[in-house]
Amino acid sequence: MKMKNKRMQWDRATLSFISYFVLFVFGMACLLPFLIVLTSSFTSEKALLRNGYSLLPAELSVDAYKYVFTNPIRILQAYANTTLVTLIGTVLAVGIATMTGYVLARRDFKWHNGFSFFFFFTTLFSGGLVPWYLMCSSYLGFKDNYIARVLPLMFSVWNVILAKSYMKGIAFEIIESGKIDGANDLQIFAKLIFPLTTPLIATLTLFTALSYWNDWYYSMLFISKQPMQSLQYMLQQILASIQAMKQLAASGEMATVNAADIPSAGLKMAMTCVTVGPIILLYPFLQRYFIKGMTIGAVKG
Amino acid sequence: MINREKSVAPVSLRHESFLDTVRKSRLLLLMLVPAVLYVVIFNYLPMSGIVLSFKQFNYRDGIFGSPWNGLDNFRFLLLSGKLLSLTRATMLYNLGFIIVNTFLEVTIAVFINEIACKPFKKYFQSFIFLPYFISWVVAAAIVQAMFSYEYGAVTKIITLITGSAVNINTDASVWPALLIMLNSWKTVGYGSVIYLSAITSIDPGLYEAAELDGANKWQQIFHVTVPNLLPTIVIMTLLAVGRIFRGDFGMFYQLIGNNGVLLRETDILDTYIYRSMLGNSNLGMTAAAGFYQSVLCFVTIVAVNAVIKKTAPDYSLF
Repeated sequence: MKMKNKRMQWDRATLSFISYFVLFVFGMACLLPFLIVLTSSFTSEKALLRNGYSLLPAELSVDAYKYVFTNPIRILQAYANTTLVTLIGTVLAVGIATMTGYVLARRDFKWHNGFSFFFFFTTLFSGGLVPWYLMCSSYLGFKDNYIARVLPLMFSVWNVILAKSYMKGIAFEIIESGKIDGANDLQIFAKLIFPLTTPLIATLTLFTALSYWNDWYYSMLFISKQPMQSLQYMLQQILASIQAMKQLAASGEMATVNAADIPSAGLKMAMTCVTVGPIILLYPFLQRYFIKGMTIGAVKG
Repeated sequence: MINREKSVAPVSLRHESFLDTVRKSRLLLLMLVPAVLYVVIFNYLPMSGIVLSFKQFNYRDGIFGSPWNGLDNFRFLLLSGKLLSLTRATMLYNLGFIIVNTFLEVTIAVFINEIACKPFKKYFQSFIFLPYFISWVVAAAIVQAMFSYEYGAVTKIITLITGSAVNINTDASVWPALLIMLNSWKTVGYGSVIYLSAITSIDPGLYEAAELDGANKWQQIFHVTVPNLLPTIVIMTLLAVGRIFRGDFGMFYQLIGNNGVLLRETDILDTYIYRSMLGNSNLGMTAAAGFYQSVLCFVTIVAVNAVIKKTAPDYSLF
């Protein structure tokens, strides 16, 4: 018996050790790249060119940030329009998703199954990218218009399904009591059901806001005017243009700019930090809601 | 997920006439207007654009005026071998993602569950979720910081150890492995949450019983935890298989872009359709490729749903 106990303790210890080790390695693999980007953005260009990007800065410098902020207008514009688009889009998206989910969850509504399938079918089959693109650009005037950044992310069938199954979990008696009190269907939604869905609202808001904030695709497709482009798309454009500038300068085609004058290696990292910085700072506060959201989504059915 | 529940509606509903329902539910119908309008405009109306696949498109005549050319678009795509190789690449990449991600997600979830030190668990869980929250644009910048040939942090280390390193901008052969790794990096931490919550809902009595039978911790994992996770693993995998012909455009586009050297190994249906839509004038052929992908996706998801319906009807999609 004693032998066996010892054995079990040994197994427990190895399992425990391996668990810590695995999570440590994977956690570091996820965290270190972010730290390397951060420290590289504070490293002098000379040191970067000599040693490459690394965790420990050989020579501290804020030159890259100075370069970024010599002309901050484009960054500020991108921040402003992305914040606004995210706010408006998220409010609309959450409003529509919960309202639609509520109607589909009303089992006393004769056509709730019919409409559910009407929405759900669009996740199974689509006309493809080309017809959708032609619809948006030729008929709906998406080109260089803010609706191109709000509308595509404003509605998602998955959010409706999530809302529907969440509201199905709310006792039907609440709706019936509302009816008896003479409230109409809209009042029942706004006054009785909506206040009971806080976890759902939080989840939908966070995920929708994140997809608006991280969007570059719809700017790439429809927006050619620089001041209207989203933050992430601006980053993509700037990273690409730094590369191009460096190549041009190196080939001597740009006589006025010296290749060594542009802190290109550091600049890329500084631009990246400027773009992700705020969201990473918010991240510790938001994280637990995301985890909750994931499990709300998982137990539906 | 849509469950068509057996009609629980009161009997009176069945005898309601069309107009009765409209009158009775007018407010509910009104509340559906924004969503219905949206879906009609952005999903159902564009479906009519599928006719483009059977046309020789020119901008002068537009979608519906352009002359028909039968199955020429499909014939060309098939004969050039393009469609088949793109389909194969899309499927194989997704298969790689599914296998590697599922394995890692389950492993990580099992090990996280074994960790007793609360702060350690909390901090490292935050770390592994971090990549999920950034866009692929930022992820691509991070990839440059790690793997770029001249300055990459990992490249430098590899060079120190082996004496040489690959240039990821010109060497296509490393990308299949690299893409699978990056996909895991970005999604596994978050994906593990679903398995972690499945583990916490396992009946603790099962572990007590196993312990009484003399099972050690490892045996408990393999004989209690993993078998109890199996239904979740199967369902998640089947759902992912249902999307196997739909590629992750954001990832492939941001990491590879239009780098012609790399496209040989990394072009998938979604990136091909995007590039040819904006690049060449043969919109009919691009629409045909898109239509082909839609049909493929539709058939797969219907098949997968049929399988789920047979094995675990509770989880079926429709």
